[in-house]
Amino acid sequence: MLLEVKDLRVEFPTRRGVLTALNGVSFSIAPGEVLGVVGESGAGKSMTGAAIIGLLEPPGRIAGGEILLEGRRIDNLPLAEMRKIRGKRIGAIFQDPLTTLNPLYTIGRQLVETMQAHLPLSDAEARQRAIGWLEQVGIPAAAQRIDAYPHQFSGGMRQRVVIALALCAEPQLIVADEPTTALDVSIQAQIIALLKRLAREQRTAIMLVTHDMGVIAETADRVAVMYAGRIIEIGPVRQVVRHAQHPYTAGLMASIPPLDRKVERLAQIDGSMPRLNAIPPGCPFSPRCPHVFERCRVSRPELMPAGATDAACWLHDQPGASA
Amino acid sequence: MIAAKELARHFDVSKPWLQRTLAREPKRILRAVDGVTFDIPKGTTLSLVGESGCGKSTVARLVVGLYPPTAGQVLFEGKDLAAARAQPEMRRRMQMIFQDPYASLNPRWRVHDIVAEPIRAFNLVPDPAAQRERVAELLRQVGLSPLDGGKYPHEFSGGQRQRISVARALSSNPEFLVCDEPTSALDVSVQAQILNLMKQLQRDLGLTFLFISHNLAVVRQVSDRIGVMYLGRIVELAQSENLFLRPRHPYTRALMEAIPDLEMTGRSRTPVGGEVPSPISPPSGCAFHPRCPLANDRCRAEAPAMLDGVACHAVQEGRD
Repeated sequence: MLLEVKDLRVEFPTRRGVLTALNGVSFSIAPGEVLGVVGESGAGKSMTGAAIIGLLEPPGRIAGGEILLEGRRIDNLPLAEMRKIRGKRIGAIFQDPLTTLNPLYTIGRQLVETMQAHLPLSDAEARQRAIGWLEQVGIPAAAQRIDAYPHQFSGGMRQRVVIALALCAEPQLIVADEPTTALDVSIQAQIIALLKRLAREQRTAIMLVTHDMGVIAETADRVAVMYAGRIIEIGPVRQVVRHAQHPYTAGLMASIPPLDRKVERLAQIDGSMPRLNAIPPGCPFSPRCPHVFERCRVSRPELMPAGATDAACWLHDQPGASA
Repeated sequence: MIAAKELARHFDVSKPWLQRTLAREPKRILRAVDGVTFDIPKGTTLSLVGESGCGKSTVARLVVGLYPPTAGQVLFEGKDLAAARAQPEMRRRMQMIFQDPYASLNPRWRVHDIVAEPIRAFNLVPDPAAQRERVAELLRQVGLSPLDGGKYPHEFSGGQRQRISVARALSSNPEFLVCDEPTSALDVSVQAQILNLMKQLQRDLGLTFLFISHNLAVVRQVSDRIGVMYLGRIVELAQSENLFLRPRHPYTRALMEAIPDLEMTGRSRTPVGGEVPSPISPPSGCAFHPRCPLANDRCRAEAPAMLDGVACHAVQEGRD
């Protein structure tokens, strides 16, 4: 495994007590694999990505668990050490390309600087490679546009530059947080195709955080579904999309408006996700769950084998299985 | 009920006069909406879809009169909108729901006052007790509790806030609602709640909707007819089911092709190349020609007219 996250717990101390934003999150990603992380806003999916790249917003802190990159812990490294890993071994792509790019530097300078920070390259070599990366991500006339500033690019082009920046030091893992959310569908399709090609050709592992199940279905090999700071289901994309085992995943899939037909009434999950300061005891989904029974209200289910996926749901607790 | 005739709205995005004069630059005009014609029969929903910058939100604002049109006109029951909006009674009959329920509700007002504001503005229910009763009824209608009236917007989730926006829009008993991306800021399970609510309200109250969205799947669920916009124009206008079964304009087809679909797990597809050009300097002829696989010399030279629901030379010449 390239990345292993074990029982990760992230807490936010506030005036009114400690909020647990992530609770017992465990998963792993292999080289060349695309893991999709989905969930509604506030579920903790971006927080998981931020914890992995060591960029949790203070006062948020890792309060438990481990993050391992190629078997070596990276969650407790000193800042300077982590900075060497970030960029070199873990690349990050964020939702808004404007906040990632420095508006005062040409994109060429930003690429060259990033590469020289991590790789022993001369100026000429770095520039040559920068042009190569821009071509890779599909920027036309890269040799001319390398000296342009971010504002001279359109949104889709900027996101490509951000991807080139994340790739240029050749990281083994890319954490992409809503990389296509700010983009139009036709550009989104181009970016998805690019990410898939990277995973296939460069064996780059990708953690793709998004709320868009369509993007996940097209891109990911496996999916983790998050709810109220926990992974409630994880498994191969086909199984999770078609044969969801957790009632929340099933509800989420059913509420997506279908493109291929008109339905009289969309399936909906009543209510909304609990806030961090009011997570119910037992299963966090129990107040909204159509299959709720007594056990769900008092005791919290851990991930357990359920069909072809793992789901945190008591419905799948067969007699004899460990609970 | 409502109709737009050759509606256009241009924005002057030139640099300040002195700078422009010194640099000898011409004026720069952004043609956000450039000749849009449609009509919406009573009790039906017309949706406008397109990518960002295609002018769909500008159309929404023109239709409710938030912008005056540069050219063309909006007709409300056959009367020119500019004249119609002078009468409060006509303004009462049209309302708008905005995209972001975090920005469109006043954070310092209680929900009761937010919902009651249109009632007060049009003096529909003068008696305070009856007004309270009416607000309670509206809140029930959108699936909230009458007790929620005493709370502030920050106490609600995004979906609940959008319900408050709907209640406010309904409070003046409108017949025509313009919804500008009403579910785009919401999570998918909550989006389903709001879409179901809107369909329910349309059935119960006989509302007419102009629905603006970039999401084709959402649009399919709510629309009777759909207009596909590209760079300030409607390129295809068709019955909803016909559009999905038989998309005709190359742009409509490209758009449908580009949507990631749950059913396509594991399959790859060819994305459309290129990007939407700037509406400040749109391409010559048909605005879609630089990205269109069917473009020829005529497309590059001559803008196609809307004929039988589609504005495309290739379709009209049978080259598609």
